[in-house]
Amino acid sequence: MASKLPKSPLEHSAGGAGAAAESPGAPPRGLLRWLLTTNHKEIGTLYLVFSLSMFFIGGIFALVVRLELFQPGLQFVEPEFFNQMTTLHGLIMVFAAVMPAFTGLANWMIPLQIGAPDMALPRLNNFSFWLLPVAFTLLLATLLMPGGGPNFGWTFYAPLSTTYAPPSTTFFILGMHLAGISSILGAINIIATILNLRAPGMRMMDMPLFVWTWLITAFLLIAVMPVLAGVITMMLLDINFGTSFFNAAGGGDPVLFQHLFWFFGHPEVYIMILPAFGIVSAIIPTFARKPLFGYASMVYATASIAILSFLVWAHHMFVVGLPLVAELFFMYTTMLIAVPTGVKVFNWITTLFQGSISFETPMLFALAFVVLFTIGGFSGLMLAIAPADFQYHDTYFVVAHFHYVLVPGAIFSIMAAVYYWLPKWTGHYPSERLGRWHFWLSVIGVNLTFFPMHFSGLAGMPRRIPDYALQFADFNLVSSLGAFLFGFSQLLFVVVIVKCVRGGEKAPAKAWEGAQDLEWSVPSPAPLHTFETPPHVTPQPHP
Amino acid sequence: MPRRLAWLSGAGGFALSPQVLANGWNMPVGVTDLSREIHSLHMTIFWICVVIGVVVFGVMFYSLFRYRRSRQPQAANFHEHTTVEVIWTTLPLLILVAMAVPATATLKNMYDTGDAELDVMVTGQQWRWRYDYLGEEVAFTSSLSTPRAQVRGEEARGETYLLDVDNPLVLPVGRKVRFLFTSDDVIHSWWVPELAVKQDTVPGFVNENWVRINEPGIYRGQCAELCGIDHGFMPIVVQAMAPDEFDAWLAERRDEAAQEALGVDRDWGHEELMTRGEEVYAAICASCHQPEGQGAPPTFPALAGNPRLQEDLGWQLDTVINGVSGTAMPAFRNTLNPVELAAVITYTRNAWGNATGDVVQPARVAERLAR
Amino acid sequence: MSGGSYYVPATSKWPILGSLALGGMMLGAGLQMVHGWGAPLLGLGVAAILAVMALWFRDVVRESLQGLYDAQMDRSFRWGMGWFIFSEVMFFAAFFGALFYVRTFALPWLDGEGAKGVAALLWPDFTASWPLLNPPDASVSGPHEVLSPWQLPLVNTLILVTSSLTLTIAHEALKEGYRRTCRNWLAGTVFLGACFILVQGFEYYEAYAHYGLTLDAGIYGSLFFLLTGFHGMHVTVGAIILAVMLVRIQRDHFSGDDHFGFEAAAWYWHFVDVVWVGLFLFVYVF
Ligand code: HEA
Ligand code: HEA
Ligand code: HEC
Ligand code: CUA
Ligand SMILES: [Cu+2]
Repeated sequence: MASKLPKSPLEHSAGGAGAAAESPGAPPRGLLRWLLTTNHKEIGTLYLVFSLSMFFIGGIFALVVRLELFQPGLQFVEPEFFNQMTTLHGLIMVFAAVMPAFTGLANWMIPLQIGAPDMALPRLNNFSFWLLPVAFTLLLATLLMPGGGPNFGWTFYAPLSTTYAPPSTTFFILGMHLAGISSILGAINIIATILNLRAPGMRMMDMPLFVWTWLITAFLLIAVMPVLAGVITMMLLDINFGTSFFNAAGGGDPVLFQHLFWFFGHPEVYIMILPAFGIVSAIIPTFARKPLFGYASMVYATASIAILSFLVWAHHMFVVGLPLVAELFFMYTTMLIAVPTGVKVFNWITTLFQGSISFETPMLFALAFVVLFTIGGFSGLMLAIAPADFQYHDTYFVVAHFHYVLVPGAIFSIMAAVYYWLPKWTGHYPSERLGRWHFWLSVIGVNLTFFPMHFSGLAGMPRRIPDYALQFADFNLVSSLGAFLFGFSQLLFVVVIVKCVRGGEKAPAKAWEGAQDLEWSVPSPAPLHTFETPPHVTPQPHP
Repeated sequence: MPRRLAWLSGAGGFALSPQVLANGWNMPVGVTDLSREIHSLHMTIFWICVVIGVVVFGVMFYSLFRYRRSRQPQAANFHEHTTVEVIWTTLPLLILVAMAVPATATLKNMYDTGDAELDVMVTGQQWRWRYDYLGEEVAFTSSLSTPRAQVRGEEARGETYLLDVDNPLVLPVGRKVRFLFTSDDVIHSWWVPELAVKQDTVPGFVNENWVRINEPGIYRGQCAELCGIDHGFMPIVVQAMAPDEFDAWLAERRDEAAQEALGVDRDWGHEELMTRGEEVYAAICASCHQPEGQGAPPTFPALAGNPRLQEDLGWQLDTVINGVSGTAMPAFRNTLNPVELAAVITYTRNAWGNATGDVVQPARVAERLAR
Repeated sequence: MSGGSYYVPATSKWPILGSLALGGMMLGAGLQMVHGWGAPLLGLGVAAILAVMALWFRDVVRESLQGLYDAQMDRSFRWGMGWFIFSEVMFFAAFFGALFYVRTFALPWLDGEGAKGVAALLWPDFTASWPLLNPPDASVSGPHEVLSPWQLPLVNTLILVTSSLTLTIAHEALKEGYRRTCRNWLAGTVFLGACFILVQGFEYYEAYAHYGLTLDAGIYGSLFFLLTGFHGMHVTVGAIILAVMLVRIQRDHFSGDDHFGFEAAAWYWHFVDVVWVGLFLFVYVF
C-alpha cells in the first residue's frame, strides 16, 4: 500500500476530547447540533443516513415497478403512475442514494485517511448536505401535484419533458438545481481538502486510492454538474418562456438535449463507480494481507477512465440518428474504456494472488463487486458495439447492464465500505453472522433480479413499459421475486447497523489486522475531533 | 398462471419453461442479411467476453481457494510487475481492435441507404404509427388492436397479446426499402427485432434506415423510446409478402384512397358520419381524451360536456386541424383525411351527451384545409 | 502544509438557513411560473439568501480579522474559489456548446445540408442563416432584425475590458499599499460594471420594442437571451461583490499581502469579462 504509515504507533494526540478548536460557548446539543454541525464526521453520518433512507424510498419505487411487471396485464398501477415510479426510482437512486452515500463516505474518511483535522471548508460542507433534503422534498412533492410527478424517465428527453410534460416539471427542474448545487459545492470542498489538507509528508502518490478516486470524481462532478444545470435551465426556458432550444419549429433540436444530457450523464455513471473502485482497492489488500498490486497504474487507470468519460457520451445515442463518423468515433472511444477498467480488475486479482485471504463481510461484498461489476462491464462492452446496440438499445438488456454495475457495483461497494468502517465509526464490530446472511441473500437476490433481464432484453422486451407480451412473462416473474428478496434483505442491513451502533464486540484502533491506512491509527470509535495536530507521515521511497 | 408458478419451485426452473424455449433467450437471428450480420457480431463479442470472464474469474477463484488464510497464513509481498502490466494493457487493446473491425464494416453497411426501390415514411405519433408510401399515394395509421379488456385481465390474452395492430405495414420481400423516420410529437423509436431496424423518430428531423427482407412472414416489434403514457402500447407489425402480391396490395390501397378522396364531394348522412367518427375516435383520440370523452385533466381536457366545444364549431375545427402548439394536442391536418376529420368532429359533437345535432360535411373540412 | 492551527468553526446556523432560503426561493419561483402566485415567496427567498450570505460572510470576515486563518486556510479558499470558477466555466460551456451545435449542425441539417440533410423534407421552404430571422415553422416568428455588434455591444465590450483593466490597477495599488488609489480605481470598476448593466438593459429594451428579438423568436432569440442573460446576471453579481470589496477597502480590511477576498472578487470579474469576449465574438460578430 502506498500510503505509508510510520511503523510505530503514531505519537501525536489523535484522540483528545478536543474542544480546543471550538470557539467559546457550549456547542448546541440534540437535534440542533445536527442541524448546525460543521464536523466532518457528523456531516458524513448525516449524508449516510439520508442516503440510506433514500435508498429505501427509491427501492420501494422499484418494487412498485416490479410488482406491476410481476405478470402481464395492468394489475396494480396505471401506466401514468408506472412511468412516474420508473423515473423517480432512477432519479432517487442516482442522485439521492448513491451519490450522497459516496459523499458521506468521503466526508467521514478522507480527512481521516489524509490526516486532516476536518474538511477544508466546514460550513460549506454543512450547506452542501442540507441542500439535499430540501431538493428531494421538492422533487418528491411533485408526486402530489396535479398531473403527477416527472414521468419521462431519469434521462428526461425533450420534448417529452418539455412540451409534453406535466406542470410539476418546473419543480422537478428547480429541485435538480438544488441537488446540483449541493454536488458541486461538495466536490469543491473535497478537492480543496485533498489538495490542501494532507498531513505533512504525505505526497499525492502516497494517498490511499479511495482519496485518489474521490479526487478524480470530484473533478468530474465540477466539470459536468454545471452542464446538467445548463441543460435543465434550457428546459425551464422552453417550458415557461417560449424558447425553442429543443424544438425544430423554431430552429432548435431535440437531439441537442441528449448531447448535453449525456455529456453530463456518462461521466455521471463513472461518478457512481470511481469511489467504489477506491473502496474495493482498500478492502481487498486488507483482507488479502498483501499490498495493493500496481498502485501507480491504478491511479493512472482512474485518471484515464475519467478523461475518456468526456469523449464517449453519444454511445447512449447510437439509434438517435447520428452521422456515421460520429457513431464510429463514439464506438471506438467507448470500447477503449475497457482497457483501464481491465487494468483495475487485473490488479485486484493479482493482489489476491499469493495473499493470505480471509472472508469477513466487507471482503465478501468487495469480492462480489469484482465479479458482478465485471459482468456488468462485459455487457457494457457489448452495448458499445454500435451495430449491435441497434438491437440492445432501450431494452432490458441495458437495464441488466446498468443494474449490474450499479447494484452489485456501486451499492455493494457502499455496503462493503459500511461493514469495513463501521468499527471505526461506532467502536463495535458489526455482527459477522448477520452480515453473512445479508451478503448471501443480497447476492442471490441481485442475480435473480437482474440476470434474467439480459434474456428478456435480448428476446425483445423494451424498457419503461408497464405491460408486456407473453413471451417475457417467465423472466419477469423471476426478476420480480428476486427484487422482493433483495429488497427485503436490505432490512437486515439496517438491523446490522442499528445493532452495531448500540453495541457489540469492541473494536481496537486497528480493527482489521491487515489494514494499512491512516484512519486505523485513531481510536475506535473515532473521537469527534481527530488530527488537530497533523500527524507526520514519513515519506517512503515509492515502490 | 399455476403452470408458471409451478416452474418457480426450482430456482432455475424458468429456464425450462416451454414459453421461453419457444421464444428464445437470445437476440433473434432475423430475416435480413444485416440482422444475421448483427447477430453474429453479437455472438462473437459475447463469446469473447465469456472467454475473458472464464480466465479472469478462473484465476480469481483459484486464488481465493488456494490462498485462503487457513492454507496460506503468510502472504507474499510483491506489488508491482511492469511486464505483466504492459501485457494486460496491450492484450485487451488488441482484442478490442479485433472486435472493432467487423463492427465498423457492419455499421457502414447499415448506413448505406442508397439504391432503395421503395421509400416509406414512418411517423411516430402518440401512440400509433403512420406509414406513408412516398410517391404511391398510400398512407395509413397503425395502432394497437389488442382489446383493452385483455390488458385489464377481463378477457383471456391472445398469443400475440400487445403485439397486434389494425393495419400492419406491408412490405415486399427481396426489395430494398428505405425508411424515413420522423415524429409529430415526441421521440419514439421504431423497432422490429427480426429486421434489426431500430431508429428513433425525432420531431422536426428525419432519420434513415433500410431493410431488404429475405423471407415472407409477419414480424412484430414495439416502440422503443419512452413516449408517454401509452409507450408500452404502440406495437409494430410488418407483413412481408412476395413482390407481386405486394404490388397488387399497393394498387388496391391506392384505389381505396382515391375512392375516399371522392367521398369528400358527396353529402354524408348523420349516421354514416357517426359510425365512421366513432372508429376514428377510438383509434386516434381515445388514447388521450379517453374512450368516453372524459379526458384526463389537467393534461387532457374532457370533450364530453365540454362547453366551448359545443358552442364553437369554428374553434373546434381549428383545434383539431391545426392542433394546439405547445401542448400535446397534435395537428391532424396531415394525419386524417377530410372525411375522417369531418366524421370525428361530428362524432365528438354528438356523442356522450354532447347534443349539438351538428353534421359537419367533409367538404366543409376540405375547404377549411385549403385555407 | 500546516502547523496545526487549521481553524474549524464550531457550529453555524447560516448553512441550514441558507439552504432553506434557497429552497423557498425555488419553491416561490416554481409556484410563480406554474400557477402565477409565487412571487412573494420568491422575493422573500431571495431576500433571505442575501441576508444569510451577508451574515455568513460577516462571520468569515470577522474570523479573518481575528487572525484565525493561516496560510493553509488561505489556500483552501483559493482552491475553493478556483474550482468554483471552473464550474462556472462549464456552465457557460454548455450554452456555447448549444450555440455551436445549432449553428454547425441543426440549422444546416434542417436546410438540407450535411449528413442529416434529409430533414429538409419536412421544411421545404426553410433556409438556414445566422442570425436566424426565419425559423423553420411559420408558427414561430423570428426577429425582423438583429442588433449590430458595432454599436451598443461594442461599447459594452469596451466598458468591460476597461473595467478589467481598472480592476487590475486597483489590485496593484492594493498590493503596493496605496489604499486610496485602490479605492478610487475599484469604485471606477464598479461604476463601469453598472454602466454595462444599464447598456445591456437598454439593449434588451430595444430588442423587445423594435427588433422583434424576444425569447420566443426562435433559436436565435433563445440563445441570444440565454447567453447574454446569464452573463448579465453574473456581471450583476460580480458588481455587487466588488461593491462589497469597496466597503471592505474603506474599512481597511485588507493588507498588501493578505486580501484574498479582493482577489477572489477580481478572479470572478475577469472570468465574467472573458466570457463576454466570447459572447461578443460568437453571439454578435460571427
Ligand atoms: C456505474 C455505472 C456504469 C458503469 C461503470 C458503466 C460502464 C460501462 N458502460 Fe454503461 N450505463 C450505465 C451505467 C454504467 N455503465 C447506465 C446507468 C446506463 C443507462 C442509462 C440509461 O439509458 O438510463 C448505461 C448505458 C450504457 C450504454 C448505452 C446503452 C443503450 O442505451 O443503448 C453503453 C453503450 O456503449 C454503455 C457502455 C458501457 C461501457 C463500455 C462501460 C465500461 O466502463 C465497462 C468497462 C469494464 C469492463 C469491460 C469489464 C472489465 C474489463 C476486463 C476484464 C478487461 C478485458 C475485457 C475486454 C477487452 C473485453 N453503458
Ligand atoms: C444506483 C442506482 C439504482 C439502484 C440501486 C437500483 C435498484 C433497483 N432497480 Fe433500478 N434503475 C436505475 C438505477 C438503480 N436501480 C435507473 C437509473 C433506472 C432507469 C430509470 C429510467 O428508465 O428512467 C432503473 C430502472 C429500473 C427498472 C426498469 C424500469 C422500467 O424500465 O420501466 C427496473 C425494473 O425492474 C428496476 C429495478 C430495480 C430493483 C428491483 C432494484 C433493487 O436493487 C431495489 C432494492 C429494493 C429496496 C432496497 C427496497 C427495500 C424496501 C423494503 C424492503 C420495504 C421496507 C419497508 C419499509 C421500511 C416501510 N430499475
Ligand atoms: C396526444 C394526445 C392527444 C390526442 C391523440 C388528441 N388530443 Fe385533443 N387535446 C390534447 C391536449 C393535451 C389538449 C389540450 C390543449 C390545450 O391545453 O389547450 C387537447 C385539446 C383538444 C380540444 C380542445 C378542448 C379544450 O377544451 O381545450 C379538442 C376539441 C380536441 N382536443 C379534440 C381532439 C380530437 C377530435 C382528437 C382526435 C382526432 C384529439 N383531440 C386527439 C391531446 C390530444
Ligand atoms: Cu412511442 Cu414509445
Ligand atoms: Cu455511458
